[in-house]
Amino acid sequence: MRLRYRWWAPLLALFLSAQVAGDDGVFDEYRDLMGDDNPAVFVIDEGEEFWFMPQGPQSASLESCDLGLGPGVTAGAYVKFPRYFEDTATVMDLEARILHCMATIQGRDVEAIKAKPYSLRGDFGTEMEALVTWLAAESEGVTIGPEQSHADERAMYALGEELFFYRAGPHDFSCATCHEQSDMRIRLQALPDLTSHEGAAEAWGSWPAYRISQGVVRTMGWRLRDCFRQQRWPELQMGSEVSIALQTYMAVNAAGGVMKAPGLKR
Amino acid sequence: MKNLIYGITITLITGAATWAAADDIKAVLLGSFSAKNQATMDRLKRDAVQAACSAPRGTSLDNQALATLRQERLNAVQLPADGQYLGNWERGAEVAGNGRGLQSSDDPTQPNGGNCYACHQLAPDEVAYGTLGPSLTGYGARGQSEAMLQYTWTKLWDTHAYNLCSHMPRFGAQGILTEQQLKDVMAYLLDPASPVNKPGQ
Repeated sequence: MRLRYRWWAPLLALFLSAQVAGDDGVFDEYRDLMGDDNPAVFVIDEGEEFWFMPQGPQSASLESCDLGLGPGVTAGAYVKFPRYFEDTATVMDLEARILHCMATIQGRDVEAIKAKPYSLRGDFGTEMEALVTWLAAESEGVTIGPEQSHADERAMYALGEELFFYRAGPHDFSCATCHEQSDMRIRLQALPDLTSHEGAAEAWGSWPAYRISQGVVRTMGWRLRDCFRQQRWPELQMGSEVSIALQTYMAVNAAGGVMKAPGLKR
Repeated sequence: MKNLIYGITITLITGAATWAAADDIKAVLLGSFSAKNQATMDRLKRDAVQAACSAPRGTSLDNQALATLRQERLNAVQLPADGQYLGNWERGAEVAGNGRGLQSSDDPTQPNGGNCYACHQLAPDEVAYGTLGPSLTGYGARGQSEAMLQYTWTKLWDTHAYNLCSHMPRFGAQGILTEQQLKDVMAYLLDPASPVNKPGQ
């Protein structure tokens, strides 16, 4: 099922009728209008289909993929990421783990998948976006709780903290430039304080999210990549150490919060 | 000659971005990013200011070293060659509202923006302003004395000359904006005719 959902018609009407009075005004109204309906529900279904679809040279599905709770266990798996895996002896985020399963179980060329991990604005969503969205929905309402029990998991958190404050590029931007204070915004966009539990829980628990302005579901991996684009840095690679470290920093700061994804965002 | 040597020394101390000898984060960064268009891998290196200002919250800092670094930034500020600080406020308004420039997704043949509105309130009629920086509405009330012109220019050229580790980019020192664009932004801030200095509708 690959349909192109265009939900901007009611949004456009709201733009024309509503004053943008600050914060997320018009987007809040759109969310109210949508109620419990999130276009991401179609992407959730698509992700589930991908999980059970035989693919690759092995013509295998991902059903035997171990996301940390045992082969094939998907409910509640998302909230434990990033986590250490014995079989690879590394800390992985969900995207890195899915790539690992695609390679080892399905025999697929993951470089081809990494070459276009995320869709363009208004594009069809990618398989990775759909899988992550479904797996996030499989943890909806579950408490966020990466364990930090393995030394490598703790080292990954420390690396994430160092990277969070690392200033570089022509504009001297780090993650902290925008995300170490509360109640701040860029233009009208509110910025979560990711060094605080409240801010990190709100952010970590609401991705992946359907981006109204882009017409697609976005993952946290995409969110990080787009932040670095705006930081004027080179392009962050999916499943890379920097991506995993920063997600560890956020997820651990968010621990105790509740998974509400997929969210609905501007 | 003395000035030349001084200039070279400053460049060695604060100008060039490098990988520090003990930068164990280098391999992590190089393995996690790929160059894309104008966003090259060189951008992952840090200069002295960036390295000094990357300390996580709560880290104890060497205040003497930071004071020395700040003074070096102040010494390196380049005032406008012709002594004229104020350009055209209308062109300055465009620079203040333009958020493009130097991203991998931007066209490098187009002028960079200053994106002032991302963080500052300026003209009272523009509601889409950010709050990371202080409001600059009515900034022109501070007048156009030589001291005020130099202060404002220096803040735009290299914010670290006054406040080391400020979040604000170094628009002149890093070549983000041209001298003419800086003059235009100066006028947008200080010209009594600029909307920044007019009451809102």
